[in-house]
Amino acid sequence: MLSSRRLEEDCHRPVVSVADLRWPDDPAEIPDWVYTDQRIFELEQERIFLGSTWNYVALEAELPRPGDYIRSYIGGIPIIVARDKAGAVHAFENRCAHRGVEFCKTYRGNNDQFVCPYHQWTYDLSGALISVPFRRGVKGKGGMPNDFRLDEHHLRALNVTCRHGVIFASRHEDMEPLESYLGAEILDQFDSIFDGRELKILGVHRNTMPANWKLYQENLKDPYHATLLHTYLTTFGLFVAGNKTAIMTDEKGRHATLCNARPEGRPENDESKSEIRSFHAAMQLADPRVIQLIRENDGPWTSNAITIWPNLILLRQTNILGLRQIVPIDPNNFMLIWTTFGYANDTPEMEQHRLRQNNIFGPGGFLGIDDNEALKFVQDGLRRSVPRHGLAPLGNDDEGPETVITDRAIRSMYRHYREAMGL
Amino acid sequence: MPNAERTVSNSMADSARLRELRWLVEEFHFEYAAVLDRCEIERWPEFFAQDGVYKLVARDNADAGLPLALMSCEGMGMLKDRAYAIAHTEMFAPRYIKHLIGNIRVTECDAYTVTASANYIVLETLIDESTQILQAGTYHDVFALEGEKLLIKERRCIYDTVMVPNCIVFPP
Repeated sequence: MLSSRRLEEDCHRPVVSVADLRWPDDPAEIPDWVYTDQRIFELEQERIFLGSTWNYVALEAELPRPGDYIRSYIGGIPIIVARDKAGAVHAFENRCAHRGVEFCKTYRGNNDQFVCPYHQWTYDLSGALISVPFRRGVKGKGGMPNDFRLDEHHLRALNVTCRHGVIFASRHEDMEPLESYLGAEILDQFDSIFDGRELKILGVHRNTMPANWKLYQENLKDPYHATLLHTYLTTFGLFVAGNKTAIMTDEKGRHATLCNARPEGRPENDESKSEIRSFHAAMQLADPRVIQLIRENDGPWTSNAITIWPNLILLRQTNILGLRQIVPIDPNNFMLIWTTFGYANDTPEMEQHRLRQNNIFGPGGFLGIDDNEALKFVQDGLRRSVPRHGLAPLGNDDEGPETVITDRAIRSMYRHYREAMGL
Repeated sequence: MPNAERTVSNSMADSARLRELRWLVEEFHFEYAAVLDRCEIERWPEFFAQDGVYKLVARDNADAGLPLALMSCEGMGMLKDRAYAIAHTEMFAPRYIKHLIGNIRVTECDAYTVTASANYIVLETLIDESTQILQAGTYHDVFALEGEKLLIKERRCIYDTVMVPNCIVFPP
């Protein structure tokens, strides 16, 4: 019996056949079963989250000191991200090698070692097993077999990489560097938020959502809905369909960046607003600080939604900086962890400003409520009705990045998805 | 929790005043709950003083000293903007909500302010779904006392239900 030290070395559950599922011929169509089928969900865990991907797991600012740790996830699997005494960051399963106990039950903390409460198997900050009680038994009787070796029972570890304070993990040891995984254009936008400055964590929101996890990726690759669903954006002039906007994807089509430059003043004269039934032209905020833009860089974009495959959304809106980690639970449910931050060198006024603006996002936010409700409605429709293919027909695949009433980035995500999944 | 262990002194006159204040606070909570339970969100700011502050904070953030709030209003302008957004710009399914408020403690008072706490539960019911517990939390309140009328100077709702079920539309 040999237990491996790396998650990569372990075989996984047998893959069930999905040969009965046939993808539609029309590239604009997405079959319902990608959102509802349990077999597809299990295949995604294996081929996407545990496949050749970099999964976001934590910010370094969440574990600034040796011994700091947080709970996190890769796919739906609970992990721990910890900083050891030498300062190195490790990611490993939150599952005791002995009886499978998910032993870490706190969001965050600081300690020298992890002790499983069931039989006190003790691991160091890299996940290595360092002691086992009653190894020689009592009075020479019982205990571990003579050939028991601690180093064969470490917590299974993940490959970890960091860029500018953002920590990603992969099951695979031979992953391409994060920089080439993201591609030049996405990396450029990533660095517009994470420019190497030290970050300061402002807090975390958590919610479950009764929807398939992919719908959340799609939602942030979908500029069509932004001005139609989010009446707050159009009413208060943050985003209208006539804005300068661009949506770009990486070469493989799996990541995207949806950039928007907010108009100066209010958008009364935008002719596209007549398409938007919900536009309230006369409305002004009583306290406009919530949407006030304080210029922080020379870039052209005032908001940017970056979708990084498979589990990360980076969002900069006005002066809000945040990321959202997607944790799939089952085909019909996922968990969303929103980590909000500023920079360590922000003035107290700037920090207050960011906190005030965060009324826009989160599961109680002016936009967050719209999205969470809309995606629940989508899943309600998909899981309860007679299946039929969904449509993502807008725009063309060879159009330029400035075409924004388009589903181009959703289609490109599914091209990549089919390849990764073998569908 | 600040002041949670402090009590008003125990003389007979004080204890009569304490009962009176607790009754005032309870009446305030019941009216607040009734207005929100009827989804009359645009009346919600009426419960606040002009410079009233409202914060809805997850307990794990509060315990870790992290300042992020799920909803945050500083003053009447932001309170009214939040109410307007819920009433007119946000998209959400119709719902019944029900506040249950209890364990009221008045912890401090003078001629102008009352400091109090209370536990609250918000139940939410959506069409064709079972009723669920949306929020379980504690109000940490500072009220302005104007005659015998209370207005919120500061309400910090610290919620144990850290994993929010989908979203929170109406402020608890």
